[in-house]
Amino acid sequence: MSETSAKPVLLTMRGIRIDGRSEDTWSPIIKGVDLTLRKGEVIGLIGESGAGKSTLGLAAMGFTRDGCRISGGTIDFDGIDLMKAPEAERRALRGKRIAYVAQSAAASFNPAHRLIDQYCEAPVQHGVMSREKAEADAVELYRRMRLPNPEEIGFRYPHQVSGGQLQRAMTAMAMSCRPDLIIFDEPTTALDVTTQIEVLAAIRDIVAQFDTAAIYITHDLAVVAQMADRIKVLLRGDEVEEADTRTMLRAPKEDYTKSLWAVRSYARPVQPPVTTGVPVVSVQNVTAGYGAADVLKNIGFDIHARRTVAVVGESGSGKSTAARVITGLLPPRQGRILFDGQPLPADYRQRSRDQLRQAQMIYQMADTALNPKLRLRELIGRPAEMYLGLKGKALTERIRDLLRLIELEPDRFIDRLPSELSGGQKQRIGIARALAAEPRFIICDEVTSALDQLVAEGILKLLDRIQSEFNLAYMFITHDLATVKAIADEVVVMQNGRVVEQGPKEEMFQPPHDPYTELLLSSVPEMDPDWLTRLLAERAAKREGQG
Amino acid sequence: MTVLIALLVGLALFFATGLAARVALQAGAPAPLKPLFRDMPLTAAFGLAVILFYILVAILAPVLAPFSEHEVLGGQYLPWEAPHYLGTDKLGRDMLTRLIYGARNTVGIAFATTVLAFVVGSILGIWAAVTGGWIDQALSRFVDALMAIPALILSLLLLTIFGTSVLTLILVIAAVDATRVYRLARSVAQGIVVMDYIEAARLRGEGMWRLIRREILPNAMAPLVAEFGLRFCFVFLAISALSFLGLGIKPPTADWGSMVRENATLITFGDITPLLPAGAIALLTVAVNFVVDWQLHRASGLKE
Amino acid sequence: MRDIWGMIGRRLLLGLLTLFVISVVIFGATELLPGDLARELLGQSATEETLAALRDQLGLNDPAPLRYWHWLTGAIQGDFGVSMATKKPIADLVGARLGNTLFLALYAAALSVPLSLALGVMAALWRNSVFDRASNALALTSISFPEFFVAYILVLWLAQSGLFPSMVRITPATTFGDRLYMAFLPALTLTLVVTAHMMRMTRAAIINLLASPYIEMARLKGMSPLRVVLRHAVPNALAPIINVVALNLAYLITGVVVVEVVFVYPGLGQLMVDAVTNRDIAVVQAIALIFAAAYVLLNLIADVLSTVTNPRLMHRR
Repeated sequence: MSETSAKPVLLTMRGIRIDGRSEDTWSPIIKGVDLTLRKGEVIGLIGESGAGKSTLGLAAMGFTRDGCRISGGTIDFDGIDLMKAPEAERRALRGKRIAYVAQSAAASFNPAHRLIDQYCEAPVQHGVMSREKAEADAVELYRRMRLPNPEEIGFRYPHQVSGGQLQRAMTAMAMSCRPDLIIFDEPTTALDVTTQIEVLAAIRDIVAQFDTAAIYITHDLAVVAQMADRIKVLLRGDEVEEADTRTMLRAPKEDYTKSLWAVRSYARPVQPPVTTGVPVVSVQNVTAGYGAADVLKNIGFDIHARRTVAVVGESGSGKSTAARVITGLLPPRQGRILFDGQPLPADYRQRSRDQLRQAQMIYQMADTALNPKLRLRELIGRPAEMYLGLKGKALTERIRDLLRLIELEPDRFIDRLPSELSGGQKQRIGIARALAAEPRFIICDEVTSALDQLVAEGILKLLDRIQSEFNLAYMFITHDLATVKAIADEVVVMQNGRVVEQGPKEEMFQPPHDPYTELLLSSVPEMDPDWLTRLLAERAAKREGQG
Repeated sequence: MTVLIALLVGLALFFATGLAARVALQAGAPAPLKPLFRDMPLTAAFGLAVILFYILVAILAPVLAPFSEHEVLGGQYLPWEAPHYLGTDKLGRDMLTRLIYGARNTVGIAFATTVLAFVVGSILGIWAAVTGGWIDQALSRFVDALMAIPALILSLLLLTIFGTSVLTLILVIAAVDATRVYRLARSVAQGIVVMDYIEAARLRGEGMWRLIRREILPNAMAPLVAEFGLRFCFVFLAISALSFLGLGIKPPTADWGSMVRENATLITFGDITPLLPAGAIALLTVAVNFVVDWQLHRASGLKE
Repeated sequence: MRDIWGMIGRRLLLGLLTLFVISVVIFGATELLPGDLARELLGQSATEETLAALRDQLGLNDPAPLRYWHWLTGAIQGDFGVSMATKKPIADLVGARLGNTLFLALYAAALSVPLSLALGVMAALWRNSVFDRASNALALTSISFPEFFVAYILVLWLAQSGLFPSMVRITPATTFGDRLYMAFLPALTLTLVVTAHMMRMTRAAIINLLASPYIEMARLKGMSPLRVVLRHAVPNALAPIINVVALNLAYLITGVVVVEVVFVYPGLGQLMVDAVTNRDIAVVQAIALIFAAAYVLLNLIADVLSTVTNPRLMHRR
């Protein structure tokens, strides 16, 4: 992050309007946004889903996705008018002077070609350098991106390389023609936190080394704080405000920005610890898996009434498998599940209707968890009809009560289809469906990770309220430590199918930690712009100390 | 030259029918269906109009036909003159009358066969997908084995063994086509079965029948309906081909496929009369395909 | 690489197994008949003596597994038994006709495969253009036409004027050039029927991929539309395209039946239709087995090819 205000302007976007087509009508996605970027400068674009961040980022390349069009404004890139330039001229810029790094490298690398072939494509096709030179250059950049085996890794196919490495290889590919500008479109969103650190560090270093300007798109404030010189906040296609990173973090002007900042500080009151009594659910010495491999290795934990146990881990840690064992979808090889001290049949098909009723589940993707062809009346009403035998008027009354409970107006919503709801509303219906069974225990599987922060906060508050109202026990599966901080009473940390640490939340966030918990906790980005620099220095120091 | 004129006339008729049908459908449709017809392509409008026309002809055949279906009325191969507007066939029966009755016989039999194949194939396919396990494996491997024999060849083999009557024809073609429907229904249902809402319904303790009826079928309808149209085309063409080969619907029943065969000699003299029943088959298949294509396009367009 | 050979080996075994099951189905289908096959063939008026003679000739007095064994071992050596209608060995009837049918199918394949792949790629490249819409409508139309309709239109148009013969007479003395000339109309008919299908499915396989992030990436790297399609989409669409081609070549094998009848082409299809008409079961079974074997072989080749062209399978982690 160098001093950039004296450098010449590279990109000027004025009054950009972009429309998207749905059915037959064009509706605005970007409603007149300005953006100025100097050479070597990094600007962060931040906003929730639907804010138009990616659309604006792509427009900086003079590119729109199918079904979108730029309907107004001017784009000037280093003296070239991208709106008026013929397509061939714009194409000559793309990949050569303006490059793009996509959200999912695993999906954005062509599975049919080796990494190095894809690296060399832009420099060779744009006539920047020969194939031999490009290959040598690739190895050099792979080394700078701190990829393992830089000489050899390019000759692999994308499916042979891990996600974090692919993301770095994609950044190297974007650098292949030494562009003046790179668009980073949520490059670390699909990665686990511990992997994210390395990618962030590598991206930041290489951008600084080549003095490349960048537009860094993300929904994560803490990430953008590490990467950008300036931050621009977008909301539904409009600019909210723009300022340099430190000013923005210290003193946001607009209410919307302040609310974004505030979400991260939500925490429910500390509940009194429960040590006595029979736990509602008790997982005892469970080993389970698919095929020959064990996904869960001898795990165990208890969940008491009115308590939230957060099960934390990265992808592949076995946290969702644990949920499948509890619900009876995956009978364990060893161990058992107790409910109120009584053993549950291992297979859900052997469980009684009442046992099924007592344990309910809320899913991560409300889109796939609600049958798209059923109306809310049936979606919510069915468990009440089935388990409680409600019919006719009584059933309708119950459905209306449940809708009121999740803060949706019954008259307006009862006959809607899921497709007529927003993401947050769908998740609320998932909650209502679970509550309709009048359970004592609910598994929440990453229920907020597909939602924007403000919406997610609403869901967490609702879950909190319902828990105290109905005395529920929650098992809360998540990969997000911020969510854990907000709602957990107890924490279970999982890695590779084992429980590495468990205990009350207050203890978990205080040292000493298990080494993995330590790594996990320290990898969560913080709002402090110096956090990444400091963390990397600390880790380097520790390595030296050990070496 | 004649080919060119025929092409131009055909294109003109196509546009006229399509435009007229679109205007009529947009004006006459009930309000909730209006958006459906708004962005309908010409091809689909043309297809719908043609299908409606065929249905009408099939229902009203006895009223529309000038003569009776089997009656021999005089000279064979009479030219196109009143009262035999399309001439007579090789036995001296009225061509126009037999064309009209063909709509009833050929289309009716094809439709019945498709429905049979569809009901059997889709119920078994969805059932296999939901149940899984050895039932699914056994059924699927059996269907795989049957599908490893080309459809026409399997039909010919079965017809040799069971003889060629209309009933065996329907049963044989339905059995052969049910394997194709099974494949599709199973794969569609498998895509739905992995959804979280099915898991939720299972964990709720729902029974098999309700699972299929309320949770799976409503979501499988769109591809199944499109498949019905495609299947109808296949069945219709297969039955016509068999009839043309003399192995399907037998005379004196008026049937388009066998009408082509009976009068094929005329073609070598440059007379296009035998092409009329063949054209009738082609026109209906084109129409159905146009409508199915539109529906598939709509379904994929809405998903994006 | 050893994985690949193992996989291909398994496919081959599976193909053999499929062929075995098919032979059981083809042979066993006659057992499905509720009554006596001999009576079914000769009708109710047959005398006991003729029935007994026929049973003896068909070997119906032996148990079914034994008859199957004899039939299968014979078929493997090229001996399919004797035709009931013509009293000639089936192998003699089939021999020359098999060559003729293969010639026709290959002829049509040589015309249709390059044509349809080129058209499919072009339609995908210029999707939603006038070319695309027109070729789509034309393809739909030609898929919808019964083969005999297409065949007779071609006869009316190209044979009436004397350009090409409407009937095919092949003798051992016919030269290759003459064969190509005489078989042109049947081959063109088949080409028209399968090209539309292959073209539509090639286009769909490519367009399916055009929404992938890696296609957007290629466009954002400034690659031309032609390069995006040829270098980035086509290699990933190979597996579906190979399967489409195999499916349609397999269709050619059965499609010849109708076309052979229209053009009086001396091939297996015509023989089979005659045999079905005469209920000459042994001949039908023999030809069904040949067609099914060709079908299985084609699918096998397609399977192996799509395995070999898939980098995920060729280069394991």
